[in-house]
Amino acid sequence: MSKLKPQEEYEKTKAFRFFRWLSGSKDPYVGEVEMQPQKETEVPETTILERMFEHRMVRNKVYDVKNNKKLTFFHKLYVAAAIFFCIALTALLLETVSYLPRTGNAGNPDNNVVSKRYIEHGLQETGALNIVTGMILTYRAFDTFGETNVLFIATCCVMILLMLDEAILKEKEEKDDRRFEPRDDAILQGTAFVLCPFIFIFGIYVILNGQLSPGGGFSGGAILGAGLILYTSAFGFKKTQRFFNELVYKIAKITALCMYGIIGSYFYITGANGIENHIPLGIPGHILSGGIILPIDICVGIEVACTMYAFYALFRRGGL
Amino acid sequence: MTLFQCILMGFLIVCAISVSFSKNLLNSVLIYMSYSLVMSIIWVCLQSPDLAITEAAVGAGVTSILFFSTLKKIKAIQIEKDKNGQKEAEKDE
Repeated sequence: MSKLKPQEEYEKTKAFRFFRWLSGSKDPYVGEVEMQPQKETEVPETTILERMFEHRMVRNKVYDVKNNKKLTFFHKLYVAAAIFFCIALTALLLETVSYLPRTGNAGNPDNNVVSKRYIEHGLQETGALNIVTGMILTYRAFDTFGETNVLFIATCCVMILLMLDEAILKEKEEKDDRRFEPRDDAILQGTAFVLCPFIFIFGIYVILNGQLSPGGGFSGGAILGAGLILYTSAFGFKKTQRFFNELVYKIAKITALCMYGIIGSYFYITGANGIENHIPLGIPGHILSGGIILPIDICVGIEVACTMYAFYALFRRGGL
Repeated sequence: MTLFQCILMGFLIVCAISVSFSKNLLNSVLIYMSYSLVMSIIWVCLQSPDLAITEAAVGAGVTSILFFSTLKKIKAIQIEKDKNGQKEAEKDE
């Protein structure tokens, strides 16, 4: 049992001083160290004029291109060296290319067991007509999970660097640079009014048909993000915030990443241990087929669309 | 390689060179945008429509918009206006 020390005795211990320093209730330098406010340094006007004169003299001498022979020589040498370096680099790269094996050769390193397996057994094992998506999201789902994490971390970094507080945002919006732009541009708004629905529908189509037709999570998400950016630049941030504000952004992004993590880890664990997984593959060619491809496609699509829009909004305005 | 692809390749090379030689930053971004569009057509010709969709959306769309907003942030787009304003001022004098 530890005994409770009286307050006076406790104030003498090191622990008390440490916690006082940690909480910042007392500055250890105030009252202990002599401090004086810095004096303003005054420079007499004559020395400023002298310095300016010297500076001008030096500049005239150094940048006197007509009479300075060293400078002209250096400029010529610089151009010659740049051209020589470019030619040497091109030659080096072309030389390297000539050592590469010819395209379509049977003995090439890309003609190995892995690609044969993907092409011959891909449809049976993944249930996807589109081999590329089937490969990316099932055989290589772990790689894609890493890429999705990279997108998440990239937006987090941009948010740390560029996100502004609400108070500063409101203050800034009054004297914003957007004030000098055409606010309700008729041409832009008309174009966006016609195009935006088609862009959104095409993006969703590409995401949902990832296992059947070209495209998939990343392409569809990029299309959705581009559509959101078009809508925002035409109608302004206020109208976008009615359906896509910071809360929706956070929920969508984190839910998508977590869903991918859960589905993916279930798939890895069952696959690695040879257990039968209970996600049906479906009939190839139907929209509900391909096992885990469709849900993961949706997750990746949401993640990419959020990333694209967040980059634009943070760069443009400093907030979502 | 068909004639169409050869024309596209030539266009690609012209775009790539003129990006670095154009003095106006705004023009460079616009040329880079057209480079991405041509590249996406070439992806379709090479039978990889997945990449073509992504290239058109990311390369031609989102990247150039980010470039535009960056140019605006560093006030590179306003320079031309300032020059014109100065010229007008000189004429008035």
